[in-house]
Amino acid sequence: MAAVGCSGVAVPVDVVNKQVALSPLTGWGRTGGSGSSVLPASSANLGDAVVHGPDRGVLMRGLGRSYGDAAQNGGGLVLRLAGSAGDAILDEATHRVTVGAGVSIDDLLRVTVPRGYFVPVTPGTRFVTIGGAIASDIHGKNHHGEGSFGNHVQRITMLLADGSTVEIGPDRGPDLFWATVGGMGLTGAIIEATIQMIPIETSRCIVDTTRAHDLEHILTLMDEGDHRYRYSVAWIDLMAKGRHLGRSVLTRGDHATVAELQGAATASPRAYDPRVIASVPPVVPLSVINTLSVKAFNEFWFRKAPMYRTGEIHSLAGFFHPLDMVGAWNRLYGPRGFVQYQFLVPFGEEEALRRIVERFAASGAASFLAVLKRFGASNPAPLSFPAPGWTLALDIPSSFNGLSDMLHDLDRIVLDAGGRHYLAKDSHTTPHAIKRGYPRLAEWQAVRDRFDPSGVWRSDLGRRLGLID
Amino acid sequence: MQNAFGEPQTILLLGGTSDIGRAIVGKLVSPTCRNVVLACRTPSAAEPAIAALRRDGMTVTSIAFDASAPLTHAEFVADVVAQVGDIDVVIVAFGVLGDQATFDHDPVAASEAVTINYVGAVSVGLAVAEQFRKQGHGQLVVLSSVAGERVRKSNFVYGSSKAGLDGFAQGLGDSLEGTGAKVLVVRPGFVHSAMTAGLAAAPLSTTPDAVAEATVKALRSGRRTVWVPGALRYMFIVLRHLPGAVFRRLPLG
Ligand SMILES: Cc1cc2nc3c(=O)[nH]c(=O)nc-3n(C[C@H](O)[C@H](O)[C@H](O)COP(=O)(O)OP(=O)(O)OC[C@H]3O[C@@H](n4cnc5c(N)ncnc54)[C@H](O)[C@@H]3O)c2cc1C
Ligand SMILES: NC(=O)c1ccc[n+]([C@@H]2O[C@H](COP(=O)([O-])OP(=O)(O)OC[C@H]3O[C@@H](n4cnc5c(N)ncnc54)[C@H](OP(=O)(O)O)[C@@H]3O)[C@@H](O)[C@H]2O)c1
Repeated sequence: MAAVGCSGVAVPVDVVNKQVALSPLTGWGRTGGSGSSVLPASSANLGDAVVHGPDRGVLMRGLGRSYGDAAQNGGGLVLRLAGSAGDAILDEATHRVTVGAGVSIDDLLRVTVPRGYFVPVTPGTRFVTIGGAIASDIHGKNHHGEGSFGNHVQRITMLLADGSTVEIGPDRGPDLFWATVGGMGLTGAIIEATIQMIPIETSRCIVDTTRAHDLEHILTLMDEGDHRYRYSVAWIDLMAKGRHLGRSVLTRGDHATVAELQGAATASPRAYDPRVIASVPPVVPLSVINTLSVKAFNEFWFRKAPMYRTGEIHSLAGFFHPLDMVGAWNRLYGPRGFVQYQFLVPFGEEEALRRIVERFAASGAASFLAVLKRFGASNPAPLSFPAPGWTLALDIPSSFNGLSDMLHDLDRIVLDAGGRHYLAKDSHTTPHAIKRGYPRLAEWQAVRDRFDPSGVWRSDLGRRLGLID
Repeated sequence: MQNAFGEPQTILLLGGTSDIGRAIVGKLVSPTCRNVVLACRTPSAAEPAIAALRRDGMTVTSIAFDASAPLTHAEFVADVVAQVGDIDVVIVAFGVLGDQATFDHDPVAASEAVTINYVGAVSVGLAVAEQFRKQGHGQLVVLSSVAGERVRKSNFVYGSSKAGLDGFAQGLGDSLEGTGAKVLVVRPGFVHSAMTAGLAAAPLSTTPDAVAEATVKALRSGRRTVWVPGALRYMFIVLRHLPGAVFRRLPLG
């Protein structure tokens, strides 16, 4: 009897049931690991694995780029969907692509960019899968105008807890659709999706850069000017204090047209072949990220940014995915890993944002360039993170003294301001904080209970934060 | 499930009235913690500990547990899991020191002490490990002792039970490699606690708080053994290798 397999390799059902050795898994932050039975899966035999799954439940995992424990299921089964971008179907009339959920944005872009299409939303790394992008309802630099990933999904093919396969969309089974968008893999397995792509003339971006001398300045610049740009993001130096508190570099832009290209680029306007230049070795015994090294880096980076420059041409990878040039950079934080803290506060709560920025600056925590974005309207998904307001994301070594207490304090500021935390990044907060931050949690749970009454889909994150019981 | 800082949501203390155990629990609780279960021979004896630990959003309960009744251990662990779900940290803090002079003439009393310190820890440790494997995570903290590192004539029944316990705990930790579960062996020297009340303190004596501090630090950094105080580790490297004739003549009490 065979249950799960990949490229024809069958795995016996009894193996799926209980006996596969556990392998340790963590998220990108390399904290809070657990052991799961990890198996490759294909859409053909996923159903068997789910129906015969272990008591501890089943979870889909993409490329493990969520920072905490979203993509692991201690003691249970974790399935990684195989898929190839070569099989994606691009409909040039509607600008839609139908693609397997296990395919990465990296692979997809290599197929679609030369044909003139970009993904509607990209995170800061292209090494995420379509399944992971939907399950976290990811946002990009265009959220203020174009919303999050789920806004651009027309249709999802998914496998439910009872082994049946359904096709859903915003106009077809909207309850399940919106519970799956941002649902962190806890409603079922996304197998395939149809996505509305952005037509592009070139594989370049045209970018304006501005330096902001403090927090007040950056918020004003973004408030007043973001609507004129498709993409906008600010990098804040969280280690700067006093009158430099919140100093930032704002980059905004759009896809470049052929007419905007000059010189060599015009010969192959849609050439696209981004590379990983170097990789961090598997074992870094101690964190090389510390207060001194980060302070120096942030200083250098701020000084090198132009005061004001417009119309610069950047590559897609340079503009959207600069971190991807270094493979496995998360290892730089050493064996104890790091935490990404990402929250949002609604517009009108800028004081809360200022207090948090001050707190980080005062703590001296080694935080690389933090990312500030201005969110636009939210979508109907009950667990979707973005909502109108400011979101700040920053990385800190988890061994930083007193970090846990500090984050618990900051959580309170965020929640009192009516904000919340991003599940895809979370590795520290509490069920209570999630309940407060996501007032529609019960609504989501009701849909989940309807489509997964016996709790087949489970994750460490779901258990830790009380999303599931 | 523990969070990124190794802060547990659920803690089980075996030996719910133990001074050292309670100090460790005290340092492990954080706003993340949801459940603390104190397992004691007499659950009502845990009332003061429950009162001291209680805080908003966290439930502290006590439950009956007898280390010298291995037949009950699997069911005991299952009961705790039914009550609180996954267990993140289990601390094996029960134990009896006994009196060597009594043991010399009372083999039954000696075997009872060994049953608690070693046999009981083996059976409950294995039941916990089974649960850890099921959940794919968990940390078992085992209170061993320097007394087991090189067994002395003054307390060789106790010392030998700790030597057995220490070996068991190390082996269990190795066997759990890759499952997501871990074992931390804690080797304190003389600790001022109920167990040692009235005894003359040995050199480098320490406190339950200091043991707790070192234990929590070792848990967070993923170590497998910790000595408290740390200097004992080096002292015992020497003691362990002393020829028997010399060792026997040392004034070690
Ligand atoms: C450097 C970096 C930058 C980032 N920048 C951003 C950003 O700008 N904006 C943003 O929103 N996020 C960002 N992220 C987070 C990332 O986009 C999300 O965590 C994303 O979900 C990761 O996708 P993945 O394929 O690695 O999924 P995983 O991390 O493996 O899984 C994430 C969740 O998706 C679920 N899932 C995966 N596949 C499926 C499937 N087939 N069916 C059902 N559920 C599934 C999992 O169960 C899990 O709950 C960033 C991450 C990194 C490392
Ligand atoms: N104190 C030291 O110097 C020292 C040094 C090294 C190692 N240790 C070890 O550290 C651990 C904790 O010691 P401590 O100093 O905290 O001593 P303690 O306060 O005396 O605690 C010992 C605990 O063991 C419990 N216990 C005894 N027999 C039991 C049984 N049959 N079933 C269940 N529980 C039982 C006791 O519970 P009751 O209340 O029911 O008796 C008590 O809670 C012990 O394993 C000890 O050997 C201590």
